[in-house]
Amino acid sequence: MAENDDDDVPFMQKLLDNNFLLLFLGVASPGLLYILWGIIDIMNVPLAK
Amino acid sequence: MATTYRTCPSSGLQFENNAEKLMRWHAVAGVLWLLVGGITALLVILTRWPAIKLLPADEFYLILTAHGIDMIILWILHFEMAVLFFASSTLLRCRLATPKLAWLGFWLMVIGGIVCNVAIFQGGSSVMFTSYVPMQAAPHFYLGIILVAVGALIGTGIFFATLVVAKKDKTYQGSLPLVTFGAMTAAIIATFTILSGAAILIPTFFWSMGWIKEIDAQLYRMVWWGLGHSSQQINVAAHVSIWYLTAAVVFGAKPLSEKVSRFAFLLYILFLQLASAHHLLSDPGMSSEWKVLNTSYFMYFAVMASMIHGFTVPGAIEAAQRKKGYTNGLFEWLRKAPWGNPAFSGMFISLVGFGFLGGISGVVLGTEQINMLMHNTFYVPGHFHTTVVVGTTLAFMSITYILVPTLFRREMILPKLCQIQPYLYGISMSVLGLVMMGAGTLGVSRRHWDMAFSGAPFQYEWPGAAYLMMGLTGVFGVIAVVGGGLWILLVVGSLLFGKKLNGGKVSDKPTPIPLDTTAASATAHTDKDDHVAVPGTVVLALLLLVTFVLYYFVNWKYLSEVWLLS
Amino acid sequence: MSAILPPSNRLWWKQPIDKVEWAWIGIAFVWGMIMFVMMVYWHVFGKQNLSNEVYKTTPEMFAAKAEKFIAENTLRTETDLNGQQVPVVKIPPGGDGFLIARLWNWYPILELEKGQTYKIHLSSMDYLHGFSLQPVNINIEVIPGYEHVVRMTPTKSGTYAIVCNEYCGIGHHTMLGRIYVK
Repeated sequence: MAENDDDDVPFMQKLLDNNFLLLFLGVASPGLLYILWGIIDIMNVPLAK
Repeated sequence: MATTYRTCPSSGLQFENNAEKLMRWHAVAGVLWLLVGGITALLVILTRWPAIKLLPADEFYLILTAHGIDMIILWILHFEMAVLFFASSTLLRCRLATPKLAWLGFWLMVIGGIVCNVAIFQGGSSVMFTSYVPMQAAPHFYLGIILVAVGALIGTGIFFATLVVAKKDKTYQGSLPLVTFGAMTAAIIATFTILSGAAILIPTFFWSMGWIKEIDAQLYRMVWWGLGHSSQQINVAAHVSIWYLTAAVVFGAKPLSEKVSRFAFLLYILFLQLASAHHLLSDPGMSSEWKVLNTSYFMYFAVMASMIHGFTVPGAIEAAQRKKGYTNGLFEWLRKAPWGNPAFSGMFISLVGFGFLGGISGVVLGTEQINMLMHNTFYVPGHFHTTVVVGTTLAFMSITYILVPTLFRREMILPKLCQIQPYLYGISMSVLGLVMMGAGTLGVSRRHWDMAFSGAPFQYEWPGAAYLMMGLTGVFGVIAVVGGGLWILLVVGSLLFGKKLNGGKVSDKPTPIPLDTTAASATAHTDKDDHVAVPGTVVLALLLLVTFVLYYFVNWKYLSEVWLLS
Repeated sequence: MSAILPPSNRLWWKQPIDKVEWAWIGIAFVWGMIMFVMMVYWHVFGKQNLSNEVYKTTPEMFAAKAEKFIAENTLRTETDLNGQQVPVVKIPPGGDGFLIARLWNWYPILELEKGQTYKIHLSSMDYLHGFSLQPVNINIEVIPGYEHVVRMTPTKSGTYAIVCNEYCGIGHHTMLGRIYVK
């Protein structure tokens, strides 16, 4: 496959061929939704009276 | 960097020398840990079997801790390292990146595993696999796990580096093979898993040394499960890849659609790790919004992905079989499948068991409100013995029947026993999972030494059915241990005494994947002629769906009958 | 060609998806949405949702509140199987009750009335514990440093056991508590 063929590759295929972008997404998604939001939840627990 | 490449004459797979040695050593280390894990499994079962109650309480909790660590971390991670090296170096036919570093990773894992086990068997670290603070283990317990994690992180990094090497050396054209892509999904999840583990276990190690005063118990649970549950999601991605691999090797099956299967893996990459929240649904400190969104893998997208794989894997097999002429009725393709080939039978039991038992029970268990019916009951280990063991371990066992002749160049000994092993292990483990879930549905606790509560201030009698379920757990647990032990015996026996096979041609240069199998045509041809309908798979999939829907709503019905909670 | 080789069609993303596969993907998607909506629906209309009322506390603070509650509401004491005197404490209907989880008991015994709603405060003095109400089978994690206020309405009278189902050490299996519902 020559480099100049890349133009006709659909966006989603380019995404799925981009290993390091996928690695970033796969760490960022749970990093934000699970870990970061989880920490915010725990920090928002009020003190007992 | 001088290395050699060997082309296996029977499979056509090309092994690079460094990668091959590493795969062998990781596989052997994994099998040894499986042996320790299996012995501890037997002791756990014989203690929870009410009629036997083998061990005293302190030894039971010690052994249970060892069972969890040795199985879920050490056996599976070592084997997964072999899978990663196989999916990168072998399938892409390139050299392994930085083999010296890979050996460092291997030895860190070995040493870490031993250190952690020494801590457990010294007796001061019976804190279970989860090691929840503020219960404290000896510092070297945590240190051992940290070393294992660092070793695994190195292995994962080498996997990614090897993908770069293959691209640079142009050993393949176009996109990664699907199996390699699935293994990459596993590696991505592994990265998140290990980072979460480092984020919580390093401070916990400091705390055990007295350098940190306190670790918040809720925070520990949240971050730790980023390690504990996601590590099981590595397994899911790994064993789904192995299903595709087995279908390709045994049947020459071609994925129904690269697009659909890869998109399903993308959903895993994005959402599968969120399910770490499954363990915190009945916790005080997390909000319902957080629970609902995370436990559902962001609106069940990863469940959708699993349902897709559960369709495309048997679908690919059905299509391949129908092309071979097994076209009568709905299920001739399945009836005439090579049920005597343990690589296939194991893989298929793994697929069905994971889908029907592990998958459905996992989603029900992971429903925010329904979780209150099952949290910390025996249902939980019942569930994960049908995912991690029937799903992952059995998939790993079945692929070994292919790896021993190709990777270790030995013929399997005692082929008749090889044939029955996946049935013995897979079926007994599936029934074991079911009766464990049954006991959990009746309320029986996990990680509990005595269901008769001897020495307690009050009396509570579990229903007779719960004792029956625990008795059956004992029976099927012992059978499963026999099935697992048989596999170890067959594998180790074959490595030592199996007939030596021809290793094949050795060359100092890799042979790239031939072009005609890859991007042969630049035009997007549609494979219309290739298309085969898969009605049998449709029926199986609908059966799964009906079971799923019924069981799901039955549990809502149970929930609606308990005390009101708000 | 197969799953162990690069896709034979270089532009595999452009390859059409078979109707049956689309149908299955659609079914899986819809089923996922139904399951998602069920959890949200149950929060609005369901009668069994775990409370989100929770406070940071310390064992000392929680114990002080619990002791005060016990001193004010004790009906009688009972002798347990180990010969210990355990207070039986009646929570005023609609009122607040406290349940201490510690190595290795649930303290005190609570007395409730069927059909009344109670705010039960749960916390641990030491390790993690698991509140497992039997034979109802409701299971809630109890975490030191956190005071969880759970509103419960018993639907049947009887004698109930609280099993500890989070591993808490060598005496874990002896950690059994009691709730009476009149």
